[in-house]
Amino acid sequence: MIIAIASGKGGTGKTAIATSLALAAKRPLRFLDCDVEAPNAALFLKPKLEHRKPVGIPIPVIDEELCSYCGRCAAVCEFHAIAIMGNKSLIFPELCHGCGSCTLICPEHAIRERIDTIGVLEGGSALPEIQFAQGILNIGEPMAVPVIRELKKWSFPSPTGQINPIEQTSPASSNGLEIRDAPPGASCPVVETLRGADFAILVTEPTPFGYHDLRQVVEICRDLNIPAGVIINRDGIGEKTVEEFCASEGLPILMRIPLQRNLAQALAQGETIYTADVRFRAPFEQLLTKIRGIGHV
Amino acid sequence: MKIAISISGDHINAAFDPRFGRAPTFCLVDSESGAWSIHPNPAISSSGGAGIQAAQHIAKLGVQAVISGAFGPNAAQTLEAAGIKMFIAPTDESLTAAEVMQRFKSGQLSQIDQATHRGYHERSHG
Ligand code: SF4
Ligand code: SF4
Repeated sequence: MIIAIASGKGGTGKTAIATSLALAAKRPLRFLDCDVEAPNAALFLKPKLEHRKPVGIPIPVIDEELCSYCGRCAAVCEFHAIAIMGNKSLIFPELCHGCGSCTLICPEHAIRERIDTIGVLEGGSALPEIQFAQGILNIGEPMAVPVIRELKKWSFPSPTGQINPIEQTSPASSNGLEIRDAPPGASCPVVETLRGADFAILVTEPTPFGYHDLRQVVEICRDLNIPAGVIINRDGIGEKTVEEFCASEGLPILMRIPLQRNLAQALAQGETIYTADVRFRAPFEQLLTKIRGIGHV
Repeated sequence: MKIAISISGDHINAAFDPRFGRAPTFCLVDSESGAWSIHPNPAISSSGGAGIQAAQHIAKLGVQAVISGAFGPNAAQTLEAAGIKMFIAPTDESLTAAEVMQRFKSGQLSQIDQATHRGYHERSHG
């Protein structure tokens, strides 16, 4: 089963919840920090990162000797990363998504590809049986999606054997567990993280912002056909809009975490909710059972 | 000489639009005869690379110069490769395309040879 933990906005305690679930769940499991612009799950799970793999995208290079300036590569590129102006060719690597269409279409075979590194994957184990991996996007690099895509596919060796990606099956299946901590927001990187997941846990707050952002992520889940449930963090601080929305959308509320000073302090020190407060042990331990139940419906 | 002016509207008396890549339309004016035509900007809704796309489009229209309020680095590079001259018109006077053209003819607009700003966050998250 693959569970993605997402929240429309940052700072909702999403990572604290994802890591708590990792500690509470039956191991072995695979944990992926997909927030490649600012990964921070490692602060909570403290893995030993022993494996690294650079992630690159293929950027076209035009051989001026062979190019006939026909312009087909520029026309096929939906990202406008190539311009052929008269007999000059221009490539804008920062716009290129590395899709390879231009190379395929070139009638003169004038395009070859060079690999531009945009980030790195790191993996290792946290506790004996949490297989941890994270992606890190290079600073200033705008494209998170290829790094997330590679992270999802990555297999790396660990003391407990080769760590392979887990197949998407159904929430009820027992073919192992993968937890994905999604980036904040509701744009392509979030979609890429959710894609292939069996269930989404959406973390929100009972505030107008929380409500607005929750709606956006719910929409993504609907598009991808992924069942979802909600965890309300800082429960009791605001109004009822979030609850009313969940009720009307048929979204189960999986857990409520009240605003508590001791939790805030623990999180600031890199402790998970699960370890910081014994009262949350049982709810986190039961979370997977709940999700499996929902998956069956 | 054929000149493109970034505007929002469908007439030479429509308002000048200072955003090169994101202007809704371009008004093409023949500086000798005064004849003009309107061309929609295909880049207006593209998620990234709008300046490049707009530059390629006006190059196809066969212009020798373009007047806008600002050019990003990618647009400037593409226009330069096409040998299209770039001119800047004031952005704070709510001019029409016709008025911009007047100023151009009387030599009041400055020509630039590189980007006026560093560009926006261009590559979308794909
Ligand atoms: S498709 Fe090939 S030959 Fe045509 S302009 Fe592009 S690189 Fe040159
Ligand atoms: S690889 Fe794809 S995105 Fe990159 S320049 Fe070629 S067609 Fe455009």
